Amino acid sequence: MSTTYVKAAESVEHAARLEHVSKSFAGPGGQQLVLDDISLDVAPGEFVTLLGASGCGKSTLLNLVAGLDKPSAGSITTHGRPALMFQEHALFPWLTAGKNIELALKLRGVPKSDRRGRAEQLLELVRLKGSYGKRVHELSGGMRQRVAMARALAQDSQLLLMDEPFAALDAITRDLLHDELTRIWEETGLSVLFVTHNVREAVRLAQRVVLLSSRPGRVAREWQVDIPQPRRIEDAPVAELSLEITEVLRGEIRRHGQH
Amino acid sequence: MASTETTKTSALRDVMSVEAGLDALEAGVTGGRTPFRQTFGNKILPPIVATLVVLAVWQALISFKIVDDPTRLPSPADVGSEFKRAWLEGTLLDYIWTSVSRGLLGFLFALAIGTPLGLVVARVKFVRAAIGPVLSGLQSLPSVAWVPPAVIWLGLNNSMMYAVILLGAVPSIANGLVSGIDQVPPLFLRAGRTMGATGLKGAWHIVLPAALPGYLAGLKQGWAFSWRSLMAAEIIASSPDLGIGLGALLENGRNASSMSMVFEAIFLILFVGIAIDLLIFSPLERWVLRSRGLLVKS
Repeated sequence: MSTTYVKAAESVEHAARLEHVSKSFAGPGGQQLVLDDISLDVAPGEFVTLLGASGCGKSTLLNLVAGLDKPSAGSITTHGRPALMFQEHALFPWLTAGKNIELALKLRGVPKSDRRGRAEQLLELVRLKGSYGKRVHELSGGMRQRVAMARALAQDSQLLLMDEPFAALDAITRDLLHDELTRIWEETGLSVLFVTHNVREAVRLAQRVVLLSSRPGRVAREWQVDIPQPRRIEDAPVAELSLEITEVLRGEIRRHGQH
Repeated sequence: MASTETTKTSALRDVMSVEAGLDALEAGVTGGRTPFRQTFGNKILPPIVATLVVLAVWQALISFKIVDDPTRLPSPADVGSEFKRAWLEGTLLDYIWTSVSRGLLGFLFALAIGTPLGLVVARVKFVRAAIGPVLSGLQSLPSVAWVPPAVIWLGLNNSMMYAVILLGAVPSIANGLVSGIDQVPPLFLRAGRTMGATGLKGAWHIVLPAALPGYLAGLKQGWAFSWRSLMAAEIIASSPDLGIGLGALLENGRNASSMSMVFEAIFLILFVGIAIDLLIFSPLERWVLRSRGLLVKS
């Protein structure tokens, strides 16, 4: 029934720990169970993708982990407030790219004198050096998502939650952002919980893929992905594992058509 | 091991160059300033032409004796000499300043009251249910209706003028802020909350700046209402103690049966309303919209 933030100083065994988490919403036919008894650990520095078809409650789950909503049952433990990235960039249009990042720093309590330098550093990390003064509307879709990534990193959280952050991008840009995300994850040692409905994307990025069933969302199966990075989305091993996972996913979806 | 490092580096370099290319291709092409000739042709010339056409039609009505009664329609030259006389007597700027200073001061009061009021109505459900409908209903009440009660309560003085302005402008400003806040995308609020912007911090860093365009539209309308209310008050409640503003000038013209003075007053009222809008509110609104990429050059 609770979301707990543990101080980072305490032993860090899990970047996030979900124990028997359930969530139901009041629907037209009474309570509607969206997530059913989900237990999931994300190890420090681990990259986990949550995969599922529509109605599996992926986004609901991320909202719970982000602390934007409370579980109906079970508990969620994270270290500090996780950073969250959305499908839309969610950058504030009244601020420049750099000031968006600085706002995150400010809200975290970084002193004013350090903010500018740190923002520039983060922009360099997502390879947008020189975009500090750019307005959001002057940036392309891919650049906006990279600024959003820099803003999420500015929260200096152990855990980065990503809610289909590349779903609205074109294929070429998405490929590039996969490369960037892998690089940044390797450089920063962050834990990432990445939600997607794209099987190949899940396999391309993750060390572990967790498949959720739909209505209600349950953990259906897990796969360890041992393909070495850097991977490409069209690599044979990626395609092979994707095929296997897709088969299972289709089986899950098929069950819903039978009754 | 060395070979994987090399492939990694070369892959990285490949990503960097593709990314740089893509950024360059996709980033919007931002044009420079519009050349003056174009601004002149598109923005300045048309209103000048329109004014000249109106003057020409007006003059034609006089010249061809279609309207042959200076107590009904004075000639442009008569109105012009009225302006000239007021200018030479040094009263023209006094008329304008009396009204404009009242209008702007009243507007500032309305701003100071309407803004917190709008915030409370937008954020507190009970207050909204209680006075929200009244607040939007008040906008359709002509502010001239407030003049008689204001005179009875406060007498013929400046506070009565300010009261009328407030009653006219506060609802517009508050309503503008309310609709601005209502239209803040929920995504911004969620993004703010994940970054720790909740409560007052959320209001200051997220809600207010996001609501700014709606708020500005409310201010603009608030000014129009201030000005109209003030003119109504000045026309109805003229008294020697109050000094001669533009509304009083109009009323004096009517009493003196001087149609050219009436025209002079009407032109001045119109002119001031337009000038304040063009000099203050339009640039402010344009600047806010442009900085957010909401203004599309057509």
